[in-house]
Amino acid sequence: MVPMPFAMPLLPLAELEVGQHFYWNLGNLKIHGQVFLSSWVVIGALLAVVVIGTRRLQREPAGVQNLLEFLWDYIRSLAREQIGEKAYRDWLPFIGTLFLFIFVSNWGGALIPWKLIHLPSGELGAPTADINTTIALALLVSLAYFYAGLSRKGFRYFEYYVEPTPIMLPFKIVEDFTKPLSLSFRLFGNILADELVVAVLAFLVPLIVPLPAMFLGLFTSAIQALIFATLAAYYIGEAVHEEHH
Amino acid sequence: MDSLTAAASVVAAGLAVGLGAIGPGIGQGTAAGGAVEGIARQPEAEGKIRGTLLLSLAFMEALTIYGLVVALVLLFANPFAG
Repeated sequence: MVPMPFAMPLLPLAELEVGQHFYWNLGNLKIHGQVFLSSWVVIGALLAVVVIGTRRLQREPAGVQNLLEFLWDYIRSLAREQIGEKAYRDWLPFIGTLFLFIFVSNWGGALIPWKLIHLPSGELGAPTADINTTIALALLVSLAYFYAGLSRKGFRYFEYYVEPTPIMLPFKIVEDFTKPLSLSFRLFGNILADELVVAVLAFLVPLIVPLPAMFLGLFTSAIQALIFATLAAYYIGEAVHEEHH
Repeated sequence: MDSLTAAASVVAAGLAVGLGAIGPGIGQGTAAGGAVEGIARQPEAEGKIRGTLLLSLAFMEALTIYGLVVALVLLFANPFAG
């Protein structure tokens, strides 16, 4: 994004740096360094919790292992509900990774005091508040459901485009493009909107008043993670679903 | 950015969110009303109804969020800024 020249004097706020990035140059590419840094923190935290929780497995789970088993159970029921009994096992790791990464990113963006770390430009925050992250995740989902459909049904997968009638063909093709578009914009918009609402309220009234908005933000970001995972599972389920004639 | 483009962008950003909030607002009201009716009729199904309601509310909210994304693009990444 190009920084807007006239917004900065209106709102002279460190918290409102939309469109400012901490650029790294990788060959000819300019990449958003702050997104990488915060995603590495999120990935590291997830890996640490999983490694600690599975190091000494016990028959009667306690502590971290208990939490992980609860999460696994939750994600499994989500995937089984959307994908179906036959195929859900293959896609459980994918759905679970999406859910956990988005959930921890959203909450990490709100709960970790990123403002204490100063970058030369831009600022750290939720990785999912950057459109590039969400588009990457949404395109992964697109690839996943194409792969799921093609690997399970072969070229019969394309029958799905002309069912129930061939009139549906253009709509189904357009759907393939709108699915990643809506997935990515929904997540990006919600997370950025939460951050902006909190930043604007904190700018107007620094104390106490932003707290309800922060709790609402935590709630909506958890729901958004659930929705992303549910929709990813639903699209995969749609692709592997066998018509019974 | 010249002042005409700036003024038009700010007005358009306001309209994008404001108009985009009308439809989902009506839809969320209808959905919440239906859920309350369902709970009143069958209180034991409250958990299931709540889950479905939250998911569908988030879908409706996404429509406003699309307007918000357009507004943010107009404000922070205006392609006509020149």
